[in-house]
Amino acid sequence: MRPLALTHFTATSCIGRGLTETLRSLLKGRSGLTPCAFETVRLETHIGEVPGVDEVRLPPALARFDSRNNRLALLGLSQDGFIEAVSACAGRLGPRRVGLYLGTSTSGMLETEIAYRQRDATGALPARFDYAATHNSYSLAAFTQRVLGIEGPAAVICTACSSSAKAFASARRMIEAGLIDAAVVGGVDSLCLTTLYGFHSLQLVSRAPCRPFDAARDGISIGEAAAFALLERPAAPGTILLTGIGETSDAYHMSSPHPEGLGAQAAMRQALESAALAPRDIDYVNLHGTGTPSNDDAEGRAVTAVFGPGIAGSSTKGATGHTLGAAGALEAVISALALRHGFAPGGLNITEIDPSVGFQYLRESHRRPLARVLSNSFGFGGSNCSLVLQRAD
Amino acid sequence: MTSMALSAHILGIGLIGPGLPDWRSARSVLSGEQAYCRTPTVLPAVEALPPAERRRTGATVRLALAVARQALDEAGAEAATLATVFASSGGDGAICHEICATLASDDRQLSPTRFHNSVHNAAAGYWGIAMKATASSTALCAFDGSFAVGLLEAMTLAAVDGAPALLVAYETGYPEPLHEKRPIPDAFGVALLLDPRPPPRPRPRITLTLTDAEADRMPEPPLEALRTAIPAARCLPLMRHLARGEVGVATLDYLERRIQVEVSECP
Repeated sequence: MRPLALTHFTATSCIGRGLTETLRSLLKGRSGLTPCAFETVRLETHIGEVPGVDEVRLPPALARFDSRNNRLALLGLSQDGFIEAVSACAGRLGPRRVGLYLGTSTSGMLETEIAYRQRDATGALPARFDYAATHNSYSLAAFTQRVLGIEGPAAVICTACSSSAKAFASARRMIEAGLIDAAVVGGVDSLCLTTLYGFHSLQLVSRAPCRPFDAARDGISIGEAAAFALLERPAAPGTILLTGIGETSDAYHMSSPHPEGLGAQAAMRQALESAALAPRDIDYVNLHGTGTPSNDDAEGRAVTAVFGPGIAGSSTKGATGHTLGAAGALEAVISALALRHGFAPGGLNITEIDPSVGFQYLRESHRRPLARVLSNSFGFGGSNCSLVLQRAD
Repeated sequence: MTSMALSAHILGIGLIGPGLPDWRSARSVLSGEQAYCRTPTVLPAVEALPPAERRRTGATVRLALAVARQALDEAGAEAATLATVFASSGGDGAICHEICATLASDDRQLSPTRFHNSVHNAAAGYWGIAMKATASSTALCAFDGSFAVGLLEAMTLAAVDGAPALLVAYETGYPEPLHEKRPIPDAFGVALLLDPRPPPRPRPRITLTLTDAEADRMPEPPLEALRTAIPAARCLPLMRHLARGEVGVATLDYLERRIQVEVSECP
């Protein structure tokens, strides 16, 4: 594929608002996971809650979009001069030439959950409940488009936990086809009861902070995040490029990965092929690494099968939690930070690395120059997406 | 930078809606051969899934898989290596309601199957399992513009990769109380198998561009009511051209703008 530059990017999660805090947390190995005291949730678990989301106020003209998800989106967009960078790009190219491709899994679902508790005697939802502007997945794009003042083609990708990785793929195709010249890509997913109780019902949630690739790992910690990048045709040296994308389907099971990670292997191989790279060209793999026994087992096998035992990799979900529909974009931004600042992030909360892991799992962040990184995102329904990012020099 | 022409041949069509059990019957209605009689949408079972999986599927998955299957059967195409785009405004409305009602009750214990079926990409996941389809699959949402956004995604996928892509757009709506807030009256699904390569036999050819023109309306009031009520049924002006074998232009609702679909060959 023809490379695209991530000319601007930003991330907000429980380990930091914006890039400076995120970088500091990653280098120090600080986890943002805390015991769950979210809303009315009574579950013994840890979550990656972004502080201050409740205090965010939407501009009055966009009041109908008020939801935890859109507040988190605005908090994320407001970091690192991202809004200004997109405005400048839209001014240069024309707002209709800048597309918007975002991923989410639950959008404003929390507002609907709360509205259901406030049904009246006839069972009706409160009058103030605005389905289109909060519950519907597209509300994230409709809101973000207005905040950024862009008018190009837009879509919300909803492939569960691969959503915002696949947003990069959709945006890249639109640019390649010449429909747009640039695109804002990203993901926003926020805490809600559906995912907390839902993953609990599948017995996929850990009580302790999640321990991806630990021998005793026992599930995920759910997090929330907003992460964005501006994708443009390559410009200056030193920028971070998106050079490879792989998208496959497991065709195996709705909520369990293929045991050998066949779909994951195919996604990683396709990403390498589209970047015209060999497995040995990759310096670090940011793993999907959710911390469930089955995901990490299947992904570990797949990574070893594709890259061999020498590859270095880690999951950053021990720090951020699993931010579901935002994970792909968050981890693409973490990968871009790793390339820019020359470090490989460590995987946290490990007591003992699973002895079956056949590659170099990093427990601590290492300062070292990286040239090329691959990031994995896999979702329910067997939806796999791998991205290759590299430095443009 | 010049744009790629977003053109493809339509190798297969699937359609299910109120009073429209399949594309064959929809074609006679849309071409004017038969009067439209609106009756509740009938959703077939998913034969391709193993019985255990079949029992777990809700209305949305059954609808999506049924129209996808119609399109594939018409084309005689293989599903295994076919890229797919699933587009809908919402996931399964009945499941969403059950989850919200449970979470609002004293016992918040959710059914695990219901939870994994609540994801927007459930239809894409079950399609993969049913058809052993391991190629790229995406699931999109663009509220009332979901059909056009899905068509744009599928046409772009086909053009950029130079390979066929299957678009499946579908909607089943919600029970009360969400129905009052999002009044989708019945289920409607449509599938188009798109191929940018020259077809082995004459097939309709479409080219897509963005436009500021107004969306076409259906001349028949009951069909126009269907078009505006269900996001997936925003395809109807295009389907009318295809049913009548007419070349011409269909303008369809998109987001703030519209898409123009030129039907340049319609054998």
